[in-house]
Amino acid sequence: MELSPVFFTVFAAMAIAFALITVLKKNPASSAFSLVLVFFAFAGIYALLDAHLIATLQILVYAGAIMVLFIFVIMLLSADVPSFDLSRSHVGLRVASGALGLVLLGSLVWSFKNSVPFQGAGLFTAEKVEAAGGNTQVISELMFSEYILPFELTSVLLLTAIVGAVAIAKRRPNQHGAGPKGVRP
Amino acid sequence: MISTVEPWLVLSFSAVIFCIGLVGVLIRRNILVVLMCIELMLNAVNLTFVTFSKLQGDMGGQMSVFFIITVAAAESAVGLGLVIALFRTLRTVDTDEIRLLKE
Repeated sequence: MELSPVFFTVFAAMAIAFALITVLKKNPASSAFSLVLVFFAFAGIYALLDAHLIATLQILVYAGAIMVLFIFVIMLLSADVPSFDLSRSHVGLRVASGALGLVLLGSLVWSFKNSVPFQGAGLFTAEKVEAAGGNTQVISELMFSEYILPFELTSVLLLTAIVGAVAIAKRRPNQHGAGPKGVRP
Repeated sequence: MISTVEPWLVLSFSAVIFCIGLVGVLIRRNILVVLMCIELMLNAVNLTFVTFSKLQGDMGGQMSVFFIITVAAAESAVGLGLVIALFRTLRTVDTDEIRLLKE
């Protein structure tokens, strides 16, 4: 694949480092901000892979909308205090999870390295995409022709999610007078 | 000078991120961090889709990524709504404290 090794190495190292920080930091707010940097590094790699629309969506939706939602909830719940949950979890569980992750990683890397990838000239090679007006135009035309049914179903899914999120997070009028566990400001 | 990166290196990089997210889901007890690790895993799968889409000259992979991003946005909205409802009931974001069905 035509891909600049320098930029790929930089973005990959950045993503791995900040992903580790996300998992290992005690403070959820630091985890959230490291995750934003992971998303930016992923957007860089998407741009290197000629997926320009996906790179833009990655920044707009992930680094923008989803992470604002996360940070908003962290601040709302005042949950940005260090939680020492990592040291509290069972040692056996931690060792078993690490071993499971390493085994899965090893088998995935082995199979990726030893499989012969199908490098066929599909309908959308780089030259054909360029001739048809670029990545964004090709994806947009596909989205509104071949993938129109999933696209419309996506709008139904989003509507359901909006209604569901409001219904779940809404403060219900309490019939019993006192709140749950008697907590009342 | 344009040189190349082997495809298996990009795929292995996404496998690394996926495993970091998986281990994070297993060892963390803070439900917000668990949700963030799920986002990490979704991103790793997205990168695999885009890489194969580039390898095979097929736009189907990038269309899948578009739909996955939408589903991830809906998932985190509902998930964070659940976290807020949970916090209102239990005053905690710790998954060890969630044992309402055991009492």
